[in-house]
Amino acid sequence: MANLTTNIGALEMKNPVMTASGTFGYGIEFSDLVDLSGIGGIIVKGTTFYPRQGNDYPRMAETPSGMLNCVGLQNKGVRYFCESIYPKIRKIDTQMVVNVSGSSPEDYARCAECIADLEDIHAIELNISCPNVHDGGMAFGVTTEGAAGVVRAVRKAYAKTLIVKLSPNVTDIVSIAKAVEAEGADAVSLINTLMGTAIDIEKRRRMLSIGTGGLSGPCVKPVALRMVYQVAHGVKIPVIGLGGIASAKDAIEFIMAGASAVEIGTANFIDPAISVKVARGIDEWLDAHKVASVRDIIGVAE
Amino acid sequence: MSLKKHVIDLKVVSRVALGDRFVLLKCTDSVAQLPPMMPGQFAQLRVDGSKETFLRRPISINYVDTKTNQIWFLIQLVGSGSRALGRLNEGDTLNALLPLGNGFSMPVSASQKHLLVGGGVGTAPMLYMGAQMALMGMRPTFLLGARTKDMLLQIEEFERVGDVYVTTEDGSAGEKGFVTQHSILQKQKFDRISVCGPSPMMKAVARVAREKGIPCEVSLENMMACGLGACLCCVEKTVKGNVCVCTEGPVFDIKELTWE
Repeated sequence: MANLTTNIGALEMKNPVMTASGTFGYGIEFSDLVDLSGIGGIIVKGTTFYPRQGNDYPRMAETPSGMLNCVGLQNKGVRYFCESIYPKIRKIDTQMVVNVSGSSPEDYARCAECIADLEDIHAIELNISCPNVHDGGMAFGVTTEGAAGVVRAVRKAYAKTLIVKLSPNVTDIVSIAKAVEAEGADAVSLINTLMGTAIDIEKRRRMLSIGTGGLSGPCVKPVALRMVYQVAHGVKIPVIGLGGIASAKDAIEFIMAGASAVEIGTANFIDPAISVKVARGIDEWLDAHKVASVRDIIGVAE
Repeated sequence: MSLKKHVIDLKVVSRVALGDRFVLLKCTDSVAQLPPMMPGQFAQLRVDGSKETFLRRPISINYVDTKTNQIWFLIQLVGSGSRALGRLNEGDTLNALLPLGNGFSMPVSASQKHLLVGGGVGTAPMLYMGAQMALMGMRPTFLLGARTKDMLLQIEEFERVGDVYVTTEDGSAGEKGFVTQHSILQKQKFDRISVCGPSPMMKAVARVAREKGIPCEVSLENMMACGLGACLCCVEKTVKGNVCVCTEGPVFDIKELTWE
């Protein structure tokens, strides 16, 4: 049994495997199928200050080795989260992290402020990279000024661990990472989905209701891994790696690229217990290679 | 309170091709008794060995036999995923996540006259529902529609548990036309209607039910990714806003839907 503990800023985790926002609900949806306490952290679905209906159906198109989605941040708002969801999830024996989104820096900040009051939530992940909403989301994540502005506003309102989730739909992701680091972000997580589309040739039309969607799944892994490597070598704050992780081997690749933790997303849809299996697999690999701690392999890839 | 969900490696005990467009897979859990499941619920079946297929496929529970510990899935061969499932053979493993969704409302007394309507592969959940009603001492009435006689599925199974009325679009079996045109709807009075089939058919039946003031439930089949209410991909617009078909459905009271 190797030491699997890791930390993202002040956030201590029992193992480096988290579940990605929007792919694992609030955790409780999966409690029949997986021991939630075996997961390092659960990042709950994107939460906004006001409730949002999200985009119209169809919101999903399957691709070889992945899928496109354009859900568009459907959620019942932060007040509903605090009053109705938080009491049900606060005692889950793992780090519960809230993913926060908004349509202006102020909007992000007041949502973060509400969550700051919840004593069993020790971190938020700022979504400045959602490709599926017009008013905000990725709009902030694709320029250094936009990203810095949101982080500046939220940093004032939120003193606990602040993770910023980055968009891959940019020319230079390292410059965005550096911009949010300069504004006091405690960590960055990457990558969010890659913008794509799909066409139904019989209907001669695009398959998603808003035309485009975010691509996720094993097909994005090489792109994500490259970006994690670049960002980890460009900033001093911890990096959380995600993008197509579906096995312990995938996770170890991200850790060796420089990630202090990983998130598992789309793979949860195929195997609801994958996160715990990946954590166990990392442990077995470390033991087999006589490595005492997962921290010993962070960023070792040359 | 929802039924506990499981991921189970089922074993295929029999594969029956029904014409060239449908395959009936009879499966068992060789390790344990199958968990409780309700008519109208579905399973997310993992598709192995298809390059184009990534996600699980939501397939209705066609029939559950607790004595033989069997669960049946009726697969319509449509795309790469369903075709890969249809290629499974006796002895193969089928990984299933089940039971999912809410299921149909069951009649609460034997005096209630309940009509079960199925169209195309949508007849699948009606067999299990009818069989459960028969176990409760009721005789279900089935109204089954298909394009042609060849596309009517499992008729002998349906006849074993209830009264069966049929329509085909070409008149090759039963009454010619759509299920909504069948004379049984005029001749008998029903207290409740449950429907599963193509969306135009369900809308037509819902219209009839609404006109006659009969409570009616329909089973939707929106495209899904997770099946657990996490990804929010399969949403349907309802009077309560966008809700997940996989958890709030697949069965909906027509009063909740914002159809038409």
